[in-house]
Amino acid sequence: MNRSNGGGSRIGQYIIPIIIIAVLFGLSFLTRTGTSMRPSYIVVLFVSILNYIVLAVSWNIFSGPSGYIALSTAAFFGLGIYVSALFGESLPLPVLMILAGAISFVIAAIIGVITLRLRGVYFTIFTFGLVLLLQYLILWYEVKFNNLRGRTVASVPYNTVFLSLLVLVGIVLLAAYFVRKSRFGMALSGIGECEDAAAHVGVNTTMVKVIAFAATSFAIGAAGAAKATTMIYIDPPIAFNVMMSFMPVLMVIFGGAGTFLGPIIGAIAFTILQEQLTTKWPKWYMIIFGTVMIISIVFLPKGLVGTIGEMKSMQKKIALLGITAGFMLIGFGFTQILEAAGVSIGGLVFPLLFGIAGFVIFANVFKRHKGKEAA
Amino acid sequence: MKILEGKGVSKSFGGLKAVSDVEFYVEEGEILGLIGPNGAGKTTFFNLLSGALPMDSGTVLFGGQKISGLKPNQICRAGMGRTFQAAKNFPGMAVYGNVMMGALFGKPGRSASEAEQITDEVLDFVGLTEYKDKMVTDIPLSAQKQLEVARALATRPKLLLLDEVMAGLNPTEVEDAMKLILRIRDSGITVIMIEHVMRAIMTICDRILVLHHGAKIAEGTPQEISTSKTVIEIYLGES
Ligand SMILES: Nc1ncnc2c1ncn2[C@@H]1O[C@H](COP(=O)(O)OP(=O)(O)OP(=O)(O)O)[C@@H](O)[C@H]1O
Ligand SMILES: [Mg+2]
Repeated sequence: MNRSNGGGSRIGQYIIPIIIIAVLFGLSFLTRTGTSMRPSYIVVLFVSILNYIVLAVSWNIFSGPSGYIALSTAAFFGLGIYVSALFGESLPLPVLMILAGAISFVIAAIIGVITLRLRGVYFTIFTFGLVLLLQYLILWYEVKFNNLRGRTVASVPYNTVFLSLLVLVGIVLLAAYFVRKSRFGMALSGIGECEDAAAHVGVNTTMVKVIAFAATSFAIGAAGAAKATTMIYIDPPIAFNVMMSFMPVLMVIFGGAGTFLGPIIGAIAFTILQEQLTTKWPKWYMIIFGTVMIISIVFLPKGLVGTIGEMKSMQKKIALLGITAGFMLIGFGFTQILEAAGVSIGGLVFPLLFGIAGFVIFANVFKRHKGKEAA
Repeated sequence: MKILEGKGVSKSFGGLKAVSDVEFYVEEGEILGLIGPNGAGKTTFFNLLSGALPMDSGTVLFGGQKISGLKPNQICRAGMGRTFQAAKNFPGMAVYGNVMMGALFGKPGRSASEAEQITDEVLDFVGLTEYKDKMVTDIPLSAQKQLEVARALATRPKLLLLDEVMAGLNPTEVEDAMKLILRIRDSGITVIMIEHVMRAIMTICDRILVLHHGAKIAEGTPQEISTSKTVIEIYLGES
């Protein structure tokens, strides 16, 4: 089973990365739907979506297979926000993102060395404590030494933020894809499934955990730096908002933990839901959000993508057809959005591209899950 | 030549001396049996050797190198494989993947194709090939025990620690397990085995070491052990 996967076709394993790059490249055309002064709604929405994709996918790269539930997302995201708040005037966005990522990496590595010996729930509690610790520490420092509570952040045009996040998403998705298939990914899964057995077959468990935790924290910090430039004003409770630690976990659970597509789908679905609810029913936002969460966990215990694996073969064929159609519709919609903005890219190009992408990706998902069942 | 030797090996849990001041050696190419009543400290002794637990005091040399104080992955890569009394496997992977983990990580720098080749060989060697695509939870107990051995063998160890791989097996399966252990030894791997199945211990071990309340109380050939007064009194006589 494993062998047939690994040995599979060498070319086959590059199909999904190519699709990822193609889709992201296609999305980059969205910048033409607005100007740098007046971004279109779709670009603003995509900044949120891409941001959450970075958080959810990064979280899932480490916590998904290893089973170490990190709640430090808000901590590194907040650090990224503060990097932009402090240096946003003088440094360009890509540099801010790399700086924020590097700081997050170093802090996560230190935290990892100290705490990843802690098993299970202690690690989770510690990482959550880190969010609060940083929040109060920075608040205390700002009030005491700078005599201020919050800061303004130099804003960067939405289109620039969008493109920067698009690149970051590309990197994170490719990393997620290749890590899953790699030796490093096997080590992480081994740790999650039985850490003792992994250690005794030669896996350097501490190093694998620390590297994975630090590298994914890099991406989270970088995302924070990018998102900050759209926030205008920040203070510690805003920057280190504990919801940012929970959101990626919910998104991953909803989409399907331990799958490649799950976190992406979860991030898209929840961001759109969040946008809709906060604008249309702000009072009901939390209630509806929570209810959807509970219902989806109860009825889709393995997440959306995981549940697909349990369908019968006929159901799968129908689902695959539906998904392909759905993707083609998205392609049509995409063409319309671009046309409205004065960019015309031939009628069927995007529907076909999206349809093929959707078909290939999900055919892959279906096939893999069927294989697992048979094994 | 002594492949493994130790002095003053000790471990306490609170006030309980689980392993106390054990001095021992293992000759290259032999099968050493480790016996003793329940709670004698046998598994703890394995945990100390393999680095799962830090020892309170004592030193262990493996092939002349000091390994006490190293981490499990380092000791594994130095050439010591082990099984667990309560099977510890990767439940989300098929049998093949479980063995592959040992092959991939057991030594630094193994390529995926080398690891695949080792995995196939080991599966064939222990007789698990028919189960290779099954999930671990779907195979019989005897196969799970074999899988423990296979995963350790896939690291390509010089020394293998077996913790009660015959527990719960029926007489035919015990017979097969004995043959397997002899074949492992014949392939050039030194074996230390903990076992309660006396017939197996007495038949295949070259030497036996007896632990009681954490202390070594006897050491010798099966012949010597089975006629030792102390051993009969506190252990063999018991059951
Ligand atoms: N991690 C631990 N923490 C505390 N006490 C322990 C630990 N591991 C073992 N012990 C205790 O140490 C003693 C020796 O246990 P050990 O498992 O080594 O015995 P054993 O000889 O392997 O017994 P058995 O034949 O039943 O497997 C027992 O009293 C056990 O309860
Ligand atoms: Mg034991």
